[in-house]
Amino acid sequence: MPIRILMPALSPTMTDGKLAKWHKKEGDAVESGDVIAEIETDKATMEIEAVEEGVLGKILVAEGTEEVPVNQVIALLLEDGEDVSALEGALEEAAEAPAPATASAAPAAAPAPAAAAPTPAPAPAPAPAGPAPQAAGGRVLASPLARRLAAERGLDLSRVTGTGPRGRIVKRDIEGAPAGMAPTGTEIAAASGPAAPAPAPGPIAPALAAPPINCDDPLLGTMPAFEAVTNSSMRKVIARRLTESARDVPHFNLSMDVRLDTLLDYRKRLNAREDADYRISVNDFVIKAVAVALMRVPACNVSYTEDAILFYNRADISVAVAIEGGLITPVVRDAANKGLGRISAETKALAARAREGKLQPGEYEGGTFTISNLGMFGVASFNSIINPPQGAILSVGAGEQRPVIRNGALATATVMTLTLAVDHRCIDGTAAAGFLKELKAILEEPLQFML
Amino acid sequence: MAENTFDAIIIGGGPGGYVTAIRGAQLGLKVCVVEKQHLGGICLNWGCIPTKALLRSAEIYHAMTHAGDYGLSAKSVGFDLKKVVKRSRDISDQLNKGVGFLLKKNKVAVIDGEAKLNGPGKVEVAGNDGKKQTLTAKHVIVATGARPRTLPGLEPPTNKDRGKQVWTYFEALVPDIMPKSLLVIGSGAIGIEFASFFNTFGAKVTVVEVLERILPVEDAEIAALAHKRFESQGMTIITGAKVTGLKKTKASITATVEAVSGKPGGNKTEIKVERVISAVGVQGNIEGIGLETTKIKTDKGCIVVDEFSRTDEPGVYAIGDVAGPPLLAHKAEHEGVICIEKIAGLDPHPLDKGQVPGCTYCHPQIASVGLTEDAARKAGHEVKVGRFPFIANGKAIALGEADGLVKTVFDAKTGQLLGAHMVGAEVTELIQGFVVAMGLETTEEELMHAVFPHPTLSEMMHESVLDAFGRAIHI
Repeated sequence: MPIRILMPALSPTMTDGKLAKWHKKEGDAVESGDVIAEIETDKATMEIEAVEEGVLGKILVAEGTEEVPVNQVIALLLEDGEDVSALEGALEEAAEAPAPATASAAPAAAPAPAAAAPTPAPAPAPAPAGPAPQAAGGRVLASPLARRLAAERGLDLSRVTGTGPRGRIVKRDIEGAPAGMAPTGTEIAAASGPAAPAPAPGPIAPALAAPPINCDDPLLGTMPAFEAVTNSSMRKVIARRLTESARDVPHFNLSMDVRLDTLLDYRKRLNAREDADYRISVNDFVIKAVAVALMRVPACNVSYTEDAILFYNRADISVAVAIEGGLITPVVRDAANKGLGRISAETKALAARAREGKLQPGEYEGGTFTISNLGMFGVASFNSIINPPQGAILSVGAGEQRPVIRNGALATATVMTLTLAVDHRCIDGTAAAGFLKELKAILEEPLQFML
Repeated sequence: MAENTFDAIIIGGGPGGYVTAIRGAQLGLKVCVVEKQHLGGICLNWGCIPTKALLRSAEIYHAMTHAGDYGLSAKSVGFDLKKVVKRSRDISDQLNKGVGFLLKKNKVAVIDGEAKLNGPGKVEVAGNDGKKQTLTAKHVIVATGARPRTLPGLEPPTNKDRGKQVWTYFEALVPDIMPKSLLVIGSGAIGIEFASFFNTFGAKVTVVEVLERILPVEDAEIAALAHKRFESQGMTIITGAKVTGLKKTKASITATVEAVSGKPGGNKTEIKVERVISAVGVQGNIEGIGLETTKIKTDKGCIVVDEFSRTDEPGVYAIGDVAGPPLLAHKAEHEGVICIEKIAGLDPHPLDKGQVPGCTYCHPQIASVGLTEDAARKAGHEVKVGRFPFIANGKAIALGEADGLVKTVFDAKTGQLLGAHMVGAEVTELIQGFVVAMGLETTEEELMHAVFPHPTLSEMMHESVLDAFGRAIHI
């Protein structure tokens, strides 16, 4: 079967590029290491080197073609002993190969977290040195023993991370690989549908974890004097869970601006009542609105598991609260069915108990969605890391006076930017956008609460 | 950086210490070695190298006395012990100077004197020139090596009779006489090499080993073959016995040898010899180097370290013999390189001690790497064992060295090469082939596919692999 040469990504964010020049013609013999083509982006020009040897069978993307998507098959390489007839089936397959990385999916398609960088073997490496068309026929570095053990256990070596010299897969990597590492078929690119643009093999071996450094690490020898504050158990949990999430959960972010003037007006009127035993904050509105929007767009009130997507029938909202030495997320249960006054009272009480360190596990566990609000610090917008097993988290920026266009004329309004981070394994772009649209509609007209 | 401040100070200029220093210098570190006696350490001055020089003389002497076997005649073959020893000392000298040159070339500071830790990061040096100074460094690597272990009643000679009757390897390397009779206590690599040397030059050698067999770390089958060969060369070997007393007179020593498991009073013999070599192992040099000023822990006479040679005291490391077995120069060098690379911020892999080869340069030579057959079975492996004898190898016969065996141990299920064990001519040069194979995790398949040149001794390695899978051609 001919080897497919793919459009390489010259950087983690590259989605397409220009095929500037072919250095080889169809029928040319290609040695491993030969420069076969040049790729151009707005930032750089890079040569593609062959990682396999053979005969260049078919050029599929002509010289000078612009906007060639990353991972598109650009040529087929005939292996030793194959002749032109072998191209037929491969050409059909190449035509079917998806154009990966739509705009909305781009962030998720970026080859995995930074932790993967030092392990060249499995990931379509972002390193310039390796624009290798690894997915199709690329050579996986593995010891003979590792190959044999993997074959016996039915493991797909391209999904195992090597810890040997230069990322070579050795025996211990196979022995450490979980059983779920079964092969997905030889063509990773072909196996991934358009909605699942991340062919990046998941981080598997424990060795993929960010290299831990201790406070006596020689690396720190060049730093200025410091005081080492020992990690609390909360700090360790935060570090571990968020590292796992940032590394293992394919995040993507969507932002939307919301005009708050109407909401602020309602708030003013609610809080203006003289004998009020409540004081509603903007955040209380956000909690309520998020919960209501989640009930209306249940596709965003979910968790991903290996065998099923879990749709929750209630929106329990985790609210991030900063406390001494870290943060914690007490939960407002079933917020969609609670009034603003009750949400406000509960949130205040939970936050106070959180700061005193008195929360019970039942009060901070089991939320289905998290809200993190840094608006009070003047932060305009930010991205958060999802708190597993939740499927999404909303980052709330400051409500501030901004210029807006109203009826074709410049005007001012109080505007707040919301950024939603979702787990692409269980929430797709349209669902996330639908949720934000609903949330915006509610926040811009809180009369919606009455429905 | 101040003159007395370094990135790393290495205490001890043996093979571990000086190699570590050079690697550190290559990585751009400012490195200092403190050595109290000889650069190159025991290995170069009192171990590996001078013994090899002596054994080479023995080998040639043996060939000359057996000249007839090759159709040659060599009349009035003899030896001059003084010259044999001088050659050995000259070689150590030459290499010692070579190490000094290498360190200088790499701009490693060398301080002659005794170093003592004074808390982490601080080393007090009493110079051999009487000068005292304090050195500081973020990283201190202890590479003080080891010295002969002594048993009660077998203490090293006092200054008065140093080198006279009871020898350690120090005295055995510069023998004043070729003893007519010699008792070697201990049959590890050191004991066996000296036994072989003195035996070749005509001494009546007796080896006493406390365990049930000689060369206890080697594969039992290999050790048994060597045992037979030594006996056929005229050596007496007593296993399962220990020396319980030495009576010294001016002319001789009488050793009492008792069976370990025998009845009390039974199985007791007396052996009268001119000289005794005590080779009952070595012990780490952990005393007098200021360990008590740190949090360093020791266990069984060695410094406790992790896989990157870090001790319990941050910034202090230990490599080589002082950091525990296997007590081999090449292990020390490798450990040191890994240690200093880690210090320099590289990401080295820890040393796999299961893949450190061992060589004994007796006649016949012995070399091995990995698990013995017994150890592999004990570790739960189902094994396939290959054997190929020297008598079936053309080159071995042509050399007149048709005695020996190459043995390979594979995991039957995975084809992993678990160990290789050899006895015979030049096997210390052959073993590296299997070391590389193990390091690369080859299976029997790659070894079978590899082309071994003909005619060489190395063909036996190929055949041994083939034999493990029932495919040997020449037996």
